[in-house]
Amino acid sequence: MSNFSTNVEASRFSRMWNSNMGYSFRRNPVAVVSLCIFAAIALMAIFAPLIAPFDPYDLSQIDIMNSEYPPVWIDGADKQFLFGTDDQGRDLWSTILYGTRLSLLIGLCAVTLQAFLGISIGLISGYVGGRLDSLLMRMADIQLSFSTLMVAIIFLAVTQAMFGSETFNQYAIYFLIAVIGVSEWPQYARTVRATVLAEKKKEYVDSARVLGFGPMRIMVRHILPNSLSPIFVISTVQVANAIISEASLSFLGLGMPPSQPSLGSLISSGFDYIFSGSWWITAIPGVILVVLVLVINLLGDWMRDVLNPKLYKG
Amino acid sequence: MSLLSVRDLSVKFAMRDHSVTALKGIDFDLAKGERLGIVGESGAGKSITGFALMNLLSRPGFIDQGKILFQGKDIVHMSDAEMRTIRGNRMAMIFQDPMVTLNPVLTIGQQMVETLKAHRKLSKSDAEQIAIMKLRQVYIPSPEERLNQYPHELSGGMRQRIVIAIALLLDPELIIADEPTTALDVTIQADIMELLLELCQSSKVGLILITHDLGVVSQMTDRTLVMYAGKIIESGRTSEIINDPQHPYTQGLINALPQQTEPGRRLKQIPGNMPSLTGIPDGCAFSPRCEFATDQCRITPPEIVQYEHVAVACHEVNRLHHVTSKGLDK
Repeated sequence: MSNFSTNVEASRFSRMWNSNMGYSFRRNPVAVVSLCIFAAIALMAIFAPLIAPFDPYDLSQIDIMNSEYPPVWIDGADKQFLFGTDDQGRDLWSTILYGTRLSLLIGLCAVTLQAFLGISIGLISGYVGGRLDSLLMRMADIQLSFSTLMVAIIFLAVTQAMFGSETFNQYAIYFLIAVIGVSEWPQYARTVRATVLAEKKKEYVDSARVLGFGPMRIMVRHILPNSLSPIFVISTVQVANAIISEASLSFLGLGMPPSQPSLGSLISSGFDYIFSGSWWITAIPGVILVVLVLVINLLGDWMRDVLNPKLYKG
Repeated sequence: MSLLSVRDLSVKFAMRDHSVTALKGIDFDLAKGERLGIVGESGAGKSITGFALMNLLSRPGFIDQGKILFQGKDIVHMSDAEMRTIRGNRMAMIFQDPMVTLNPVLTIGQQMVETLKAHRKLSKSDAEQIAIMKLRQVYIPSPEERLNQYPHELSGGMRQRIVIAIALLLDPELIIADEPTTALDVTIQADIMELLLELCQSSKVGLILITHDLGVVSQMTDRTLVMYAGKIIESGRTSEIINDPQHPYTQGLINALPQQTEPGRRLKQIPGNMPSLTGIPDGCAFSPRCEFATDQCRITPPEIVQYEHVAVACHEVNRLHHVTSKGLDK
């Protein structure tokens, strides 16, 4: 281990593995387990079409006679259906795989949209300052004073009424991404603005100006890379939040339609049968949702601890 | 034609309902390849002068009046886009602390290539070749490897060399160095100064050295400006100013050097402090601290007069010279 020569050709991975972050990751069992679970869920979601024994979107594979079979470890189950079936006779395991895929997709896309809007607005607001800053930040305050769910419910209900549920169901995923993405941008904008204000005063920004770089280049190439750590941290929290928002909206019947269920709409569709004994339709997707959100939050916590120099423990 | 001429430059800072003057009536010229030192206590306006020359004063500071002619063009009224073609390209600046002037998240190579590409149309590999050449000029060992390193992997002296290499990257005509060695180890300070001097001499680059170290000024520069409370109070050839200062403030600065005092004695410091910009006294700004001040000094601000070989802003310079030379005769 006493190799002090700088190995320039060290791969990106080994550089990361040997960095402080890599070290703290290996030393933190919660982070390791969380990442493993998250990776497992993500892989299952990505490869859902390969893993799933049935295609829940294919109506010809669904038989209403198969409805409400319990999971295999309970009496009266059909060996075909690992986690049982839902009220329409769909295999719950396959539906969960596809649903997780949708939930993750919506979460990530919504956060990407949030991040894009929030980072651009935050950068401009912090770098330019003055009146523009006040204007943009008041807009953020106004946006924040509406709760995300309230905005989303109003928006989705209105669009549903406008386009009719047929068209709405077809484009539900885009509506969800747009509404969750737009309503949460101030989180990013505020965080980015605060770090930009701190970074802007540092001398490397002066020296970039002295070297004749334009404001755009200074913002994107110099200040933004130095403000990434808080962005990473809120991104994890925001992904978890976006998944929850999507699930809540779907639960309320304003999200993904029952024909293309996300985790939220699955939970919602099973909710009607929970007292008739078919608890698994709600419970199993619910557990998956909770675990998914929990591991993302745990990873976010770990990342916040590592990236925050004030909590640096050496 | 001189490389840079500053005419009656004044810089103000906007306060809530009025503005304070940070620089007033700054006048000087710099010939091509000439090295100029600007000395003074903290708060004299040295760094503000540096920033004003780059037209980089940010709010609340602004250039109130005057001209800064760089190669005959007035940069005070230049557009931002025009100014950017000059900054870094024709005019470069070196800051005090190399620990913070390099961008911590970009490698040395990325920063150098980016600088080159911002001003010239170059391929990445050509830019890297130039970067390596410049790193070699500032005596960085194995420059190829340095390109892939981040600033935190290098020592302070090394970083300042890299900052100098970046400043030289586009072969500027003028380098403004704002206390380039203050943040460095004493042993490295001399190396960096020597390097800067060598590079300026070999490629005929003009240098404006902002410092409070008179020793450095005497080694490095041809001419010196002494600043006090936002004004130039004495200017002339460095050797004249160091050996025969005329203004009582300059004399005070030189007498305050530890070398001027016998071992075991207290340093001969100048009593009092630099006035704050909001409370600059009437008349000569130095008068409250000056042992030779007369009533006239406290009422009318002194004009710059030519005395012997230097230009000096002092009413009492004749009498003073008489007194001090008499003192020396004894």
